Amino acid sequence: MHIDLRTVSIKPLRQTFDNVAARLGTNKPASRYQEGTLDLQADVNFHYRPLWDSAHEIFDASRTAIKMRDWYSFKDPRQFYYGTYTLARARMQEKVEGDFELVEERGLLENYPAAAKKLALEVMLPLRHVEWGANMNNASICAYGYGTAITQPCIFQAMDHLGMAQYLTRIGLLLADETELEAAKTAWLQDAKWQELRRYVEDTLVVKDWFELFIAQNLVLDGLLYPFIYEQLDQVLAAQAGPVMSMLTRFQSEWFTETRKWVDASVKTAASESPENQAILSQWTLSYRDRALTALTPLVNYALGENAPAVLDALLEEFNMRATKAGLKL
Amino acid sequence: MDMKVAAKKLGLKERYAAMTRGLDWETTYQPMDTVYPYDKFEGIKIHDWDKWEDPFRLTMDAYWKYQAEKERKLYAILDAFNQNNGHLGVTDARYINALKLFLTAVTPLEYMAHRGFAHVGRQLRGAGARVACQMQALDELRHAQTQIHSLSNYNKHYNGFHDWRHMHDRIWYLSVPKSFFDDAVTAGPFEYMVAIGFSFEYVLTNLLFVPFISGAAYNGDMGAMAFGFSAQSDEARHMTLGLEMIKFMLEQDPANLPIVQGWIDKWTWRGVRMLTIVGMMMDYMLPKRVMSWKEAWEIYFEESGGALFKDLARYGITIPKCVAQATIEKEHITHQAWTTFYQYGAAAAFNTWIPEKEELDWLSEKYPNTFDKYYRPRLEYLGEQAKQGKRFYSTTLPMLCQCCQIPMFFTEPDDPTKICYRESDHNGEKYHFCSDHCKEIFDHEPEKYVQAWMPVHQIYQGNCFKPDVDPTAEGFDPLAAVLDWYNIQFGRDNLDFEGSEDQKNFDTWRQTAKSNG
Amino acid sequence: MSNVFIAFQTNEETRSIIEAIADDNPNAIINEQPAMVKIDAPDSLTIKRASIEEKMGRDFDLQELHVHLITLSGHIDETDDEFNLSWLN
Repeated sequence: MHIDLRTVSIKPLRQTFDNVAARLGTNKPASRYQEGTLDLQADVNFHYRPLWDSAHEIFDASRTAIKMRDWYSFKDPRQFYYGTYTLARARMQEKVEGDFELVEERGLLENYPAAAKKLALEVMLPLRHVEWGANMNNASICAYGYGTAITQPCIFQAMDHLGMAQYLTRIGLLLADETELEAAKTAWLQDAKWQELRRYVEDTLVVKDWFELFIAQNLVLDGLLYPFIYEQLDQVLAAQAGPVMSMLTRFQSEWFTETRKWVDASVKTAASESPENQAILSQWTLSYRDRALTALTPLVNYALGENAPAVLDALLEEFNMRATKAGLKL
Repeated sequence: MDMKVAAKKLGLKERYAAMTRGLDWETTYQPMDTVYPYDKFEGIKIHDWDKWEDPFRLTMDAYWKYQAEKERKLYAILDAFNQNNGHLGVTDARYINALKLFLTAVTPLEYMAHRGFAHVGRQLRGAGARVACQMQALDELRHAQTQIHSLSNYNKHYNGFHDWRHMHDRIWYLSVPKSFFDDAVTAGPFEYMVAIGFSFEYVLTNLLFVPFISGAAYNGDMGAMAFGFSAQSDEARHMTLGLEMIKFMLEQDPANLPIVQGWIDKWTWRGVRMLTIVGMMMDYMLPKRVMSWKEAWEIYFEESGGALFKDLARYGITIPKCVAQATIEKEHITHQAWTTFYQYGAAAAFNTWIPEKEELDWLSEKYPNTFDKYYRPRLEYLGEQAKQGKRFYSTTLPMLCQCCQIPMFFTEPDDPTKICYRESDHNGEKYHFCSDHCKEIFDHEPEKYVQAWMPVHQIYQGNCFKPDVDPTAEGFDPLAAVLDWYNIQFGRDNLDFEGSEDQKNFDTWRQTAKSNG
Repeated sequence: MSNVFIAFQTNEETRSIIEAIADDNPNAIINEQPAMVKIDAPDSLTIKRASIEEKMGRDFDLQELHVHLITLSGHIDETDDEFNLSWLN
């Protein structure tokens, strides 16, 4: 006999897992984001201490100065778990791929004006290495952070930065060839205007407190660099050479709009937890903000010439507003 | 224009090198050893990371594209399976108990692998290796989450799934997988790569995912099939990374050989011991069987692992010594494990049972040298007792091996009637082991293994009761208090399948389906 | 001599892939199991993009194999046109 299982109406014994129900209340169905995130990380009864860090447990909340009563207070406003994350990125990459193909097939860069091309190559290509630093730092936060709610988006962030480094590489290969990648690396390592930024990136690579690293990288450096490159420089290039470069960097600009919401929400959650957290986060933000501005100034000057001071002021003002809105006292 | 475009087109290898390796640089504002503080203390000598061969050259755009396609397929199958009450289509509700073990024992390991690879993906000094590890970190998160999502619907209808995270960190048999991964992740980054990237992914996951998941499909579980095979498609990349890492270390410096060989020996055995549970799932928990554990072992370990070790012989790698014992034990361990779980069925978060007659016949046929001689009479006796209303439940606490943490039920390699016991002294304390190989692992690093959170010791020390429990109160029942702390709901999560709530519900729901049809 | 192997999920796309592999590797043994197909071959196995494209009647990127792959063994060498599995010993 054929059994039509669809017609069976069954009353479930429970709506979700106990740990999720304990947070949401029983009899509430949970989302895939919640079931795939809440309490996912082990927090007790570890068997051995790391040979590489015997002062801590495998996962240990004391790896940062920030203190939370519940590390699952953090919520990703995008509700990204692996599935939603990859689908979102696949949609973005499909659009960008279309743009790259169009630019390549129609030869839209053939007649790209020499001055704009030089500016794009000199300012954008060395950013591959900044993206790489951002990739490393977010891998670090994912590895040593506490609680899946905040560590999970950081592996996404890490891979996004790798992806963006690869998009920048492709722009370099489209505009020129491998020798330009080499030239950009030499500039990154030797050219005076890049050295403060390289120092900033290398200094973050050795930061031990992962929440401090989150501020230095995701709030401060991204928060000043992306508006500079993908808004201010983008406008300059568009004025000189039309919108082709905006097409090739749309991933980065869409990405920044999307991810800053998550960064702000995370900072806000940590800052509103306690005055102590707020004070530590504010102090980190201030000190990294000033260093990042110092690091970016020679590049803004180079790229934007006489407009540079006004742009730097605008970047600073926008950043301060954003940080204040996220609950920091600057 | 054609010419110019053609000149720019790089091949897969060159393109990938520009997309990854080229991003890296030698730091000067901070010393390299401070940026990468953990990749030298194990004594592995790497002279030239540029010699690293990238396995599977996936750039992020391709990764997102193909992985999203896999995710779309997987969740479409899952949604359809759930909407159609697919759980009622599995061969037999006993099967669902294998999934309970999967969620409580394996899924948390996927998560640990995610964090472990994020750590190694940050710490290795070579850019190519680091990127491959980071991608694996991302994949492993996928595996944890797709498993949770696939099993979420089972949790709504069946017991034993409801508090898997809490259980994994507490229940006695779950300390076997937990300590396995804790061991790997607390080791240095290179040992982690041998432990997980090589021994676990390359040598052993085929045994976990391929025959067992094929068996799940055979038993009508399209949900488990979807997450299992979809996860394994990422494993192909992971296995290749593990193999590449081994070759790379061996090619970089001859002094690496003894260190790597030691890790291969250790982790093959650690993996073999942990797979006892998977073997038991295959032989006892799949109502319809694709192949026996012994057959799976022969195909995926002896044949495929054998080919691998033969290939690595050119570097001086030899087959781990423990393989001889594992080869003898392939005919024993699943029966020993199931008999043990059956007897400790009151303290486990899944139902246990004595196989039906046809199933015992199948086991007799698949294990002609051992089953009838050593195991069938015992299982038949226990089954007979249960039928007479005297279902046996052990109420004592088992002694556990200090290394693999499995109860002492393995027998002497040359005498299947005698339980194997080994021991070592360390700082005036005695430690017990299930085998020569577990003892050897302990003796090599006693400072590490004395730290282990041993579930039975912890119970004796009073660390496994809820905070409001008073063990001095009159009529205190320690075992009940421990189960309460485990969050095992007595009579629902545990005990025999016969008479269980899962059995009754499954039958009722299927009956409803039939009468509706 | 050792076998290399590769296994795919059973579906419409892999039908063409497996046919192409069988044509290009006369020594390969095709082994069908529940929901999967395992292909064993002595020493080495070659998957050719062109052969799959011919079977499918469309462009095929070898990286699409990832979507259907279950497992494999052997050393991998991958170019835009070929995916090779082999043992060196």
